[in-house]
Amino acid sequence: MAPRAGAPLFRMIRFLLTRISLIAPTFFGVTLLTFALVRLVPGDPVELLVGERGIDPARHAMLRAELGLDKPLLVQYGTYINQVLHGDLGKSIVTKTPVLQEFLTLFPATIEISLCAILFALVIGIPVGILAAVRRGSVFDYLAMGFSLTGYSMPIFWWALLLILMFSVTLGWTPVSGRISVFFYFEPVTGFMLIDSLLSGQKGAFSSAASHLVLPSVALGTIPLAIIARMTRSSMLEVLNEDYIRTARAKGLAPWRIIILHALRNALIPVITVVGLAVGVLFAGAILTETIFAWPGVGKWLVESVRRRDYPVLQGGVLLVASVVMLVNLLVDVLYGLINPRIRHQR
Amino acid sequence: MNMAVEHVDSGAAAPPHPLVEFWQYFRQNRGAVLGLAVVMTITLVAVLAGVIAPHAPHEQYRDALLMPPVWLDGGSWRFVLGTDDIGRDILSRIIFGAQVSLSIGFLVVTLALVVGVALGLVAGFSRGALDIVIMRSMDVMLALPSLLLAIVIVAILGPSLMNAALAVVVVQLPHFVRLTRAAVITERAKDYVVASRVSGAGLHRLMFFTVLPNCVAPVIVQGTLGFSTAVLDLAALGFLGLGAQPPTPEWGTMLSNALQFIQRAWWVVTFPGLAILIVVLAFNLMGDGLRDALDPKLKR
Repeated sequence: MAPRAGAPLFRMIRFLLTRISLIAPTFFGVTLLTFALVRLVPGDPVELLVGERGIDPARHAMLRAELGLDKPLLVQYGTYINQVLHGDLGKSIVTKTPVLQEFLTLFPATIEISLCAILFALVIGIPVGILAAVRRGSVFDYLAMGFSLTGYSMPIFWWALLLILMFSVTLGWTPVSGRISVFFYFEPVTGFMLIDSLLSGQKGAFSSAASHLVLPSVALGTIPLAIIARMTRSSMLEVLNEDYIRTARAKGLAPWRIIILHALRNALIPVITVVGLAVGVLFAGAILTETIFAWPGVGKWLVESVRRRDYPVLQGGVLLVASVVMLVNLLVDVLYGLINPRIRHQR
Repeated sequence: MNMAVEHVDSGAAAPPHPLVEFWQYFRQNRGAVLGLAVVMTITLVAVLAGVIAPHAPHEQYRDALLMPPVWLDGGSWRFVLGTDDIGRDILSRIIFGAQVSLSIGFLVVTLALVVGVALGLVAGFSRGALDIVIMRSMDVMLALPSLLLAIVIVAILGPSLMNAALAVVVVQLPHFVRLTRAAVITERAKDYVVASRVSGAGLHRLMFFTVLPNCVAPVIVQGTLGFSTAVLDLAALGFLGLGAQPPTPEWGTMLSNALQFIQRAWWVVTFPGLAILIVVLAFNLMGDGLRDALDPKLKR
């Protein structure tokens, strides 16, 4: 354990490699699942792909051979893995476009709505959590935690409908669905409507895009908001009991200075993990939110793929989403190690 | 050393029965008691649905399409919460919906709990290749967002209430497995288990009679909280058209085509979702209270 020059960097790299080596088996597990998916769905894969009824046996056999379905399962899996690792996720039966290409076109829309949702959750959740902890046992604390538990229990597809009912139908403040008004058209540059609308230079395009984003972000951000508010509160309460806070108080520092500079810095560490782990929650929510607001993202795409029995899309999409979730979790792990010296110096 | 102390203490009052002690802790949490009361009321409503519902859930009143609730103009006491687009009484459908949500939720949690605890026990006791296989599979299941995993399973099995229930069981499984395995590993190392093994207890006895009873508390809490996610996930699948199929009076399914009535008939949209929220909230409140009452580490 003697300190060496460059040791922290070395340790950091080892930490990273350990985490990555833990992800690899999970990734292959997911490929097994998606590989099995297409073979488990009811119906003959050839007929599903061709989409014809009464295909003649010779052509059927030819297609089977072409798809490699006549080979042993293990060989089929090997071929599948090989394709996956080369970025070939097959083609959609309906649109005939490569799955990866469709995903990359739609993913920015999902990122945009998810980022806005998490931003909404952080901007409200953290201050509410802090205030609830500082004024523990007050009316505000009870109200905040009551709302937070309600938000946590919210069926968000219903919450989205209620938001539409209140703000779009009754008050007429926001549009009901889509990403931007039909009066605007421009070629996507980044895929993020907020940025593209600014780049297009069209008057009113940005505000139209922003107004389309508000309700979906609020609907999607509600559960993370509830989680973050609760987490910030309990984490703050724990930190406020620490000795160094008492010392800071004894030194006569201003109460708000202690809360912001001394307590919050440490209280936010667990909150960051929660935000990272909320990626899965966000994605599950995005499936519902995108469906309701007709938001052209990955969640809606996957639900539609099930309805259309477009199994290559479901297969590829599930693998991609799982990979994104795993990567974000890895990133959170690393970030957690960076900001929390106690974790960094372990082992 | 401790023996002597215990002899001195023998004059003190006997400790309360565990159930009594549990109730004393649980009672202190007003939210949890409220949650329990709501759950009991809704269970009663579900059981007595046939008696208390004013109408049959599938009965269509062609003379009363999209009738508003009783307190609005045009409402009537015949349909307290109004009717839907084909003239079915919303209150009755919500009451019968409680039957669907609670019974399927119960089924889901029971199945996930039994299978999950069994797998967790096996993993925790075997600690070899079997443990690795079980835990890696659980990691794979956790890598997918819960609703997406459920959708994949429904895509394989076909959309129906039972298949959606099965999908939710699979989604919940990893939580029970992980929890049980972790509890088993902590308990295994303790002296009482070692003593039991030394005195010749077999693996079967160690698993089910020595260790399992001491892992029950966190599993019960997870079961209660799992009930609320089960109700939510089942409703979400129903909403997406992948769960209970119409005309089943399932709360999520009732909302699946509600968007088109949002301009004309807000009551079609509002009440089924409110029912979901109340049930989920009640189970979450109860779960929080159970955790505080059952977890000795948190007892103050």
